[in-house]
Amino acid sequence: MRLELSGITKAFPACIANDHVNFDVKAGEIHALLGENGAGKSTLVKMIYGIMQPDEGSIIWEGKSVQIENPGMARKLGIGMVFQHFSLFESMSVLENVALGINEKGPLKELAKRIIEVSEKYGLPLDPDRHIHTLSVGERQRVEIVRCLLQDPSLIIMDEPTSVLTPQEVDKLFVTLRRLREEGRSILYISHKLDEIKALCDRATILRAGKVVGDCDPSKESARSMAQMMVGEEIKIPAKNLNAKVGEDCLVVENLSMSTNDVFVADLDNVTFSVKSGEIFGIAGVAGNGQNNLLSLLSGERLSAQGQAIRINGLPVGHLGSHKRRKLGLAFVPEERLGHGTVPEMSLADNTVLSGHGVSDLVQMGWLRFSKAHRLAKKIIDAFDVRTGGSKSEAKSLSGGNLQKFIIGRELLKSPQLLIVAQPTWGVDAGAAAAIHQALMDLRDQGCAILVVSQDLDELFAITDRMAVISHGRLSEARPTHETTVEQVGLLMGGLFDQVDAWDEEAQR
Amino acid sequence: MIGFEVETLIAILLGVARGATPLVFAAIGELITEKSGVLNLGVEGMMLVGAVAGFIAVVATGSPTLGFFAAMLAGALLASLFAFLVLVLHTNQVASGLALTIFGVGVSAFFGLGYIGTPIKGPQAIHIPVLTDIPVIGPLLFGHDIMVYLAFVLVAATAWFLSKSRWGMILRAVGESHHAAHAIGYPVVMIRFFAILFGGAMCGLAGAYISLIYTPMWAENMTAGRGWIALALVVFATWKPGRALIGAYLFGGVTILQLNVQSLGVDVSAHLMNMLPYIATILVLVLISRDETKIRLNAPACLGKPFRADG
Repeated sequence: MRLELSGITKAFPACIANDHVNFDVKAGEIHALLGENGAGKSTLVKMIYGIMQPDEGSIIWEGKSVQIENPGMARKLGIGMVFQHFSLFESMSVLENVALGINEKGPLKELAKRIIEVSEKYGLPLDPDRHIHTLSVGERQRVEIVRCLLQDPSLIIMDEPTSVLTPQEVDKLFVTLRRLREEGRSILYISHKLDEIKALCDRATILRAGKVVGDCDPSKESARSMAQMMVGEEIKIPAKNLNAKVGEDCLVVENLSMSTNDVFVADLDNVTFSVKSGEIFGIAGVAGNGQNNLLSLLSGERLSAQGQAIRINGLPVGHLGSHKRRKLGLAFVPEERLGHGTVPEMSLADNTVLSGHGVSDLVQMGWLRFSKAHRLAKKIIDAFDVRTGGSKSEAKSLSGGNLQKFIIGRELLKSPQLLIVAQPTWGVDAGAAAAIHQALMDLRDQGCAILVVSQDLDELFAITDRMAVISHGRLSEARPTHETTVEQVGLLMGGLFDQVDAWDEEAQR
Repeated sequence: MIGFEVETLIAILLGVARGATPLVFAAIGELITEKSGVLNLGVEGMMLVGAVAGFIAVVATGSPTLGFFAAMLAGALLASLFAFLVLVLHTNQVASGLALTIFGVGVSAFFGLGYIGTPIKGPQAIHIPVLTDIPVIGPLLFGHDIMVYLAFVLVAATAWFLSKSRWGMILRAVGESHHAAHAIGYPVVMIRFFAILFGGAMCGLAGAYISLIYTPMWAENMTAGRGWIALALVVFATWKPGRALIGAYLFGGVTILQLNVQSLGVDVSAHLMNMLPYIATILVLVLISRDETKIRLNAPACLGKPFRADG
């Protein structure tokens, strides 16, 4: 037995993150730790890697009880970690990043040689002199993996490693992981993506609300049965109405370009697409490929010099601010829930006023009507099953899923003609995600035009009618979702539409 | 006639070095603090406290060396108060820094009350036989006080520390992303604490330079805004020690120029000339801020953000 946890408990002021957790990882196995957001997976591995200390319980490493006081000590024992939100320093070089994350303190020149050695051995090409901010997300992950492998670890913890990768990158990662398993290393693989776990893992431990609720062999379980263990209740999978009436073009974007001097984000290059009333249009892509610029241009937070490039119901709006666009029937749900979608310290009622003051009757003769705001907030809470203390609760007190339901509800109740949503279910539990998907599809059936920008391909395939892919600020041609495969989208996410048309290219193969 | 002009020129250039040196110390101290991700606006206050502490120590002991050490200690002491506030109690860095300056002004005035008008003999310019006596280059290269040379050494050492040493790399990492640094296992709070302490010590030194060498006396508020110029210099230098040195000499030059233009009887309002260094600061900041990329690549990304280990 390589690692054994027994009775691990960790409590925070607001919740018990881990409640007497027991499980073990054998040598040479890929062990999945499965659970919803907030189930306590991250806290658990932080304790294994020494970032946090358990309140109770013991960690047994290679048969000996150990106290892992800090990450340096974990690395010395042979435990490595690849982080979910990469623990990299953007303005520093690959070499410096690796040097910072390992225990040895040798000269950098030798380290550079070793980085190249290891990266070639495992097929993870890296240039030690490049700066992190110039790397793609997949390359950044490679830096983390190589850094981890340089320590020759016998246990590698991977926290949601595939959430930001293209499908092809995921396949490559799995080849590397299987190879590491063959070398006798153990991998603790944290995910909530059931297909991946079925494809990769030898055993799975399922966490729910901080407790271990089951143990299984993923190859023998169905994705559905594991999902049920993970969520604890039946999830209603939203049904897609394929026969909805599609209307006229509602949002038209034509040759929208934008360039910034910012080296950290992609520019936009002649983006063209349209969203019709009564359809959900999806834009897929790995984060940092221009989505943020596109969204801020569409919402009106950033004005475009090309007024004609963005049209809502035929009216050019590129030069109009967000307030005027809202009056034209646009509703917008940004990616970041706290700080962009809501003001964290303000009550839910106050937060309804923020996006609703111009389009509803919350303002009369220049005065805010707080009683109406409270009534509206209560209405949203009831209609969308938001679990909260009430309309006076602060936005930051809600869980991610509940806050997202509230924000989407707030925009939906305005019966918009056009809804733009970024990452509707990012970090949201499965139950809330299903509810949000259902709400979006109901809105579509009522004739609203909906644009969904998401990194989650499963989500886009489940709810969209047509989709396109953004890569390095360029948008691919749109295709009906049911004529599209994950592989095609993956190629486009990797930016392969320089040659002719990747959709067709793939079809010919 | 010609001889007179050369002598004046040499005097002016020596003055430039004296004007620049306190700015170098204070700017380098703040640069290290900011590289760790902490914005300490208390530079002016720490300089004043250093100035008064150095002055009192010299009056008491007669030793300029002890004076400089006392100044560093006093600066570091005040900085440790700031460090406790922002690192342990998570107070707002901007507000705490401003409070530190106001506090420093008051505390230095209080302790300095009995020393106004007290004469002291500060350290003199060095004189190396033969070398210093070479005409023109001699005094310019070998005729400054020791602190002028130390400032150059400090800049070189800081540049080396930041770009080449392991601890310099760790310091930059902490300023770049404290969460990542914490996740890898570096003691973020401790590293920042020492960076703030170093910043305080250097500001103290800068203050003592003013009260012991620049104008060997004590007067309330005698740093006269140099702390703020040092702060601006760090941004001006885009967090690079070498550029901070150049900037300090530029500002030192403008300050001295202003004094000399007045003494030469040029008919410009003294108040207008007094504004010169500050107008130059503003102009340079405007120019620098136009290049967003440069700022983002060199500025510590976590500058001014509070860090909590459990977050």
